[in-house]
Amino acid sequence: MRDVAIVAFAQSDHRRRTDECSEVDMVMPVLHSVLAQTGLRTSDIGFTCSGSSDYLAGRAFSFTMTLDGVGAWPPISESHVEMDGAWALYEAWVKLLTGEADTALVYSYGKSSPGSVRDVLTRQLDPYYVAPLWPDSVALAALQAQALIDAGETDEPALAGVAARSRGDAAGNPHAQLPGPRPQGDYLVRPLRTGDCPPISDGAAAVVLAAGDRARALCQRPAWIRGMDHRIEAHSLGVRDLTDSPSARLAAERAGAFERPVDTAELHAPFTSQEVVLRKALRLGDGVRVNPSGGALAANTVMAAGLVRLGEAAARIQRGESDRALAHATSGPCLQQNLVAVLEGEAQ
Amino acid sequence: MTAAPSPEVLRAPLVVEFPFTRSLGPVQSAFLTGLRERTVLGVRTGDGTVLVPPVEYDPVTADEIRDLVEVAPTGTVTTWAWEASPRRGQPLTTPFAWVLVKLDGADTALLHVLDAPGPDTVHSGQRVRIRWAAERTGAITDIACFEPYGSESGTAAGSAPATAHSGLFDDAVTGITAPARLDYVYSPGRAQSDYINALAERKTVGERCPSCAKVYVPPRGACPTCGVATTDRVEVGPAGTLTTYCIVNIKARGLDIEVPYVYGHIALDGAGLALHGRIGGIPYDQVRMGLRVEPVWTEGARFPDHYRPTGEPDADYDTYKELI
Repeated sequence: MRDVAIVAFAQSDHRRRTDECSEVDMVMPVLHSVLAQTGLRTSDIGFTCSGSSDYLAGRAFSFTMTLDGVGAWPPISESHVEMDGAWALYEAWVKLLTGEADTALVYSYGKSSPGSVRDVLTRQLDPYYVAPLWPDSVALAALQAQALIDAGETDEPALAGVAARSRGDAAGNPHAQLPGPRPQGDYLVRPLRTGDCPPISDGAAAVVLAAGDRARALCQRPAWIRGMDHRIEAHSLGVRDLTDSPSARLAAERAGAFERPVDTAELHAPFTSQEVVLRKALRLGDGVRVNPSGGALAANTVMAAGLVRLGEAAARIQRGESDRALAHATSGPCLQQNLVAVLEGEAQ
Repeated sequence: MTAAPSPEVLRAPLVVEFPFTRSLGPVQSAFLTGLRERTVLGVRTGDGTVLVPPVEYDPVTADEIRDLVEVAPTGTVTTWAWEASPRRGQPLTTPFAWVLVKLDGADTALLHVLDAPGPDTVHSGQRVRIRWAAERTGAITDIACFEPYGSESGTAAGSAPATAHSGLFDDAVTGITAPARLDYVYSPGRAQSDYINALAERKTVGERCPSCAKVYVPPRGACPTCGVATTDRVEVGPAGTLTTYCIVNIKARGLDIEVPYVYGHIALDGAGLALHGRIGGIPYDQVRMGLRVEPVWTEGARFPDHYRPTGEPDADYDTYKELI
């Protein structure tokens, strides 16, 4: 099997509103940035894959507009996932592993500001038994948080601690939407307070993947993808044990995360309570640096936040601040779907 | 990002609304028909687990499951969350608790809401029962909500076993209509705002690619060939050349244009690609490629109503062949 690495990463500043920007306006700067970092031109890229959601935009085939930013003429090899960009990265990784391409451009973006993201996300629920009740994403996360509290796995002060640590770390992240600690605020859906919930964000992210010697030529210290896997759990919430994440654990096992300890973990946990679930499922000890970027609590661009976790982990390796990092992305209610990647830098 | 001055970014409400019509499988049909008849059905998996709400395939083994059972309308809260500000479409308009309820006889929990006076009166382990909707149609909302029922110590929690049920009812529900509405405020961004604002002044503007010099009309802020921002604003037209067209013979609902009419691609003078519009002021069977046309504005309109012949000689094919 060929070695594949993340060789470049860029993200926009994540903001509450970007009315003056169309999606392609938002995506172009990050595309140009990763190309500039590698010196590649569009015509050099072997495969392009993007992730986004029509429901956020309220328009069918909305992703086709952002292809304007790629420069898709002459015709390119291109694909799209109606998922977080982390899953687009997975598709690109497989493409490179098969040898069909040596480089890949992966990007994703989301503008939550035009609609109500809490309502929009209800449309991913079971349409027969659940969606007609319109339970929004915060309410479902709150059910999970209460289950954790009842199980004695966390309490409100501990959740507030996760929020404070994440946003404190975000103070060092120039792209974060909520840099620095914030008040926990009132209950949004009890037991979750505003501080336990992610901001509503607009933004974009892009990475470049490359295989083997190509990666070494493009990047001083490539972040090699040692393994990556994604798993899903039953659709019905009442069938699942919400205090655990067997799908995240299995994905981590298949990605090789448990073979050796990691020093860094970028977790896609939009709610404080979800970090509690993931730390346990992914067996992350106190010695692991979790979300040094601030994580999704500091900026939660739906459809890009998972790709940002992979990018942040890779960038940390490229900067020499990590040697072995775990990156995680999630989708669906209460951590229904989980993707785990293990990234490594070579000895310095 | 882009340097062009922007007077005002446009915004407009956008509503996406569908009455999703969905057919039901045999187990879903039995469950929802049962709710209409105040009967709660579950399904038993191969290992004896009773799933409520029931599904047609075992979530663990993916085996097809059809073994229906009846469970009690009473149950126990397994987890909850307090919704102080109910949102549109949710089952109650006053503050309530979201609950997962394990009905007596079931091994899995059903998501619904609990009508309770306040968060201090709700807890996991609480005993609750179904409050049925007055009018029931065969939908999850036939359960209006749950309500507190007895005390947890005084009732035999979970003691009522599931009993076999045929799943047969008269006049079974075979489908549901699930209305969905999402509200947006759409903003087209700078380039399209500039385009639409210029149209209000009866001008058509495009943007030139700084790399390949092609002029895009309408502009979208980027050159799809070069993948770079288009920032150089260019006024085009008003006249242009019809590059290709079709004759529409079927009247669209709500459209007050007589058929047949002509719809065409129009390359405005100075534009690098054609936009489309209706061709009028000429019998449909005299329309031809190369026809020179100009926009016709109606009073108060924000865009041209149609394009009509200018009376100039037709354009030579070589002048527009790249724009078809």
